Amino acid sequence: MQTEEGKSLVIDRLDKQFSVASDVVQALSEVSLVARPGEFISIVGASGCGKSTLLRIVAGLETATAGEVRLGERPIRNPGLERGMVFQEARLLPWMTVWDNIAFGCRAETPNAERRELVEQHLELVGLKGFEKAYPHQLSGGMQQRVSIARALMNRPEVLLLDEPFGALDAMTRITMQQEVLRIWETERTTMILVTHDIDEAIYLGDRVVVMSSRPGTIRRVVPVPLPRPRDRSAYEFVQIRKEIYAEFFEDVQRPFAYAI
Amino acid sequence: MAEIELEYLGTTAAAAPPKPLGPKRARRLGFSYLLPLVIPLVLLVLWELLSRRGLVRPTILPAPSAIGATARELVASGELIHHLLVSLWRVTKGVTLGAGFGLVAGLVVGLNPWAERAVSLITGVLRPIPIIAWVPVLILWMGIDEGSKITVIAIGSFWPVLLNVVHGIRNTDRKILEVAKVFQKSRATLLFKVVLPAALPSIFTGMRIGIGIAWMSVVGAELIAASAGVGYLIMYARELSQADVMLVGVVSIGVTGLAIDFLIRRLERRLLRWNANLQ
Repeated sequence: MQTEEGKSLVIDRLDKQFSVASDVVQALSEVSLVARPGEFISIVGASGCGKSTLLRIVAGLETATAGEVRLGERPIRNPGLERGMVFQEARLLPWMTVWDNIAFGCRAETPNAERRELVEQHLELVGLKGFEKAYPHQLSGGMQQRVSIARALMNRPEVLLLDEPFGALDAMTRITMQQEVLRIWETERTTMILVTHDIDEAIYLGDRVVVMSSRPGTIRRVVPVPLPRPRDRSAYEFVQIRKEIYAEFFEDVQRPFAYAI
Repeated sequence: MAEIELEYLGTTAAAAPPKPLGPKRARRLGFSYLLPLVIPLVLLVLWELLSRRGLVRPTILPAPSAIGATARELVASGELIHHLLVSLWRVTKGVTLGAGFGLVAGLVVGLNPWAERAVSLITGVLRPIPIIAWVPVLILWMGIDEGSKITVIAIGSFWPVLLNVVHGIRNTDRKILEVAKVFQKSRATLLFKVVLPAALPSIFTGMRIGIGIAWMSVVGAELIAASAGVGYLIMYARELSQADVMLVGVVSIGVTGLAIDFLIRRLERRLLRWNANLQ
């Protein structure tokens, strides 16, 4: 499929401070990152390292204290339809069916016929055909998250932001969903930014893995993952990268001996 | 997508396909329907026995069989139905007014924090006033006709609707509001597709309480001044010392209240099919 030239997402020296009671907490400090169009970037970090805050600033749900985020040339200050967002909880509207929830992602001005077609298309994309009349409470966690992904993709966003989208799912479902996201990314070629605390997930999906450290949240390292997809989680190269990233988190821990069976 | 289907069935198997009615399950179901009848039946039998032994004076408390006979008579003559309908019609008009205003006021107050602040003092003073206290005042202002009774009912149903609408709007899940923000929804969409549906369970609670109070208020107003209605029936029977008629009136209030509540619950379950808590 021929796609037009997309825009890079530029995160430029972001600072974010929160005031908690009388204290000022530095959540992000000097965070800079460029996501090329169509790139898949994983951000890993311990909880509280500001990775979700970073994503929420990119989504336009929070404002940075200093620095800016640009999509192409345009600075981002508010939420916009060119950026889709998938939250950790599916956040579906419980009073709407699967169909209406996906349609909720649509622009208001979309004509009905086109809207129907788009919903059909996205139902198929996330593998939920036949469930359009179900209500969210009738779905499993994984299926709810599929609906949420379909909804986020309805406007063909240039960037899809995924905030620990599989954090609440069981290990089996999580792996299935990772494969699904990979498949969707390969068909849609959307720039994706995934925040996660699961190192394996980050390596399995990302072109690059951004490792963040806590308080203040800074980018510690960016690890490229030059492996062909689909990736084998137990392959030697995969394990090497995992080890490298582990080392970033648990520096003080004595490095284990080389992986050997 | 076999694994998805499995996933789906796995989570809903308990709710979706109705289990075949085995003898054991049927017995349990029958039992759960009959259980609420046990205590009233025991009490009725006891009461009847005491009356037949002459231990209870029939002028104070007639036997259940005598009350039943009077009820049949009053139903056959159409008298009871007439009074019930008069009261119900007043409730309908009063609730439409009171709940209508309550809904509108609740929306205004719920959506504008400054509006809540502005009316906080006046609502704080007016709300605790028992509805019955309004009856003489309203009779003075509006005369003894329908107007004062309907206003009493309206006041009674106004407060619970108002409070529950505000509560429902305030409790809209912030996470879902954030979703609406991400998708850049207009204020109208936000109101009709997100805030109002989220508040609907609370609005229903308000309606149920409001209608309950309205039904109580109408009888109260009729006891004080009326020429028709269940309250009037009871008051008039007291003047004639007809204990049986009084009790028929009193019980019919309870039965009608139960029927109204049942109907609202059915409506609620239909409209709130998405609410897992109601299934």
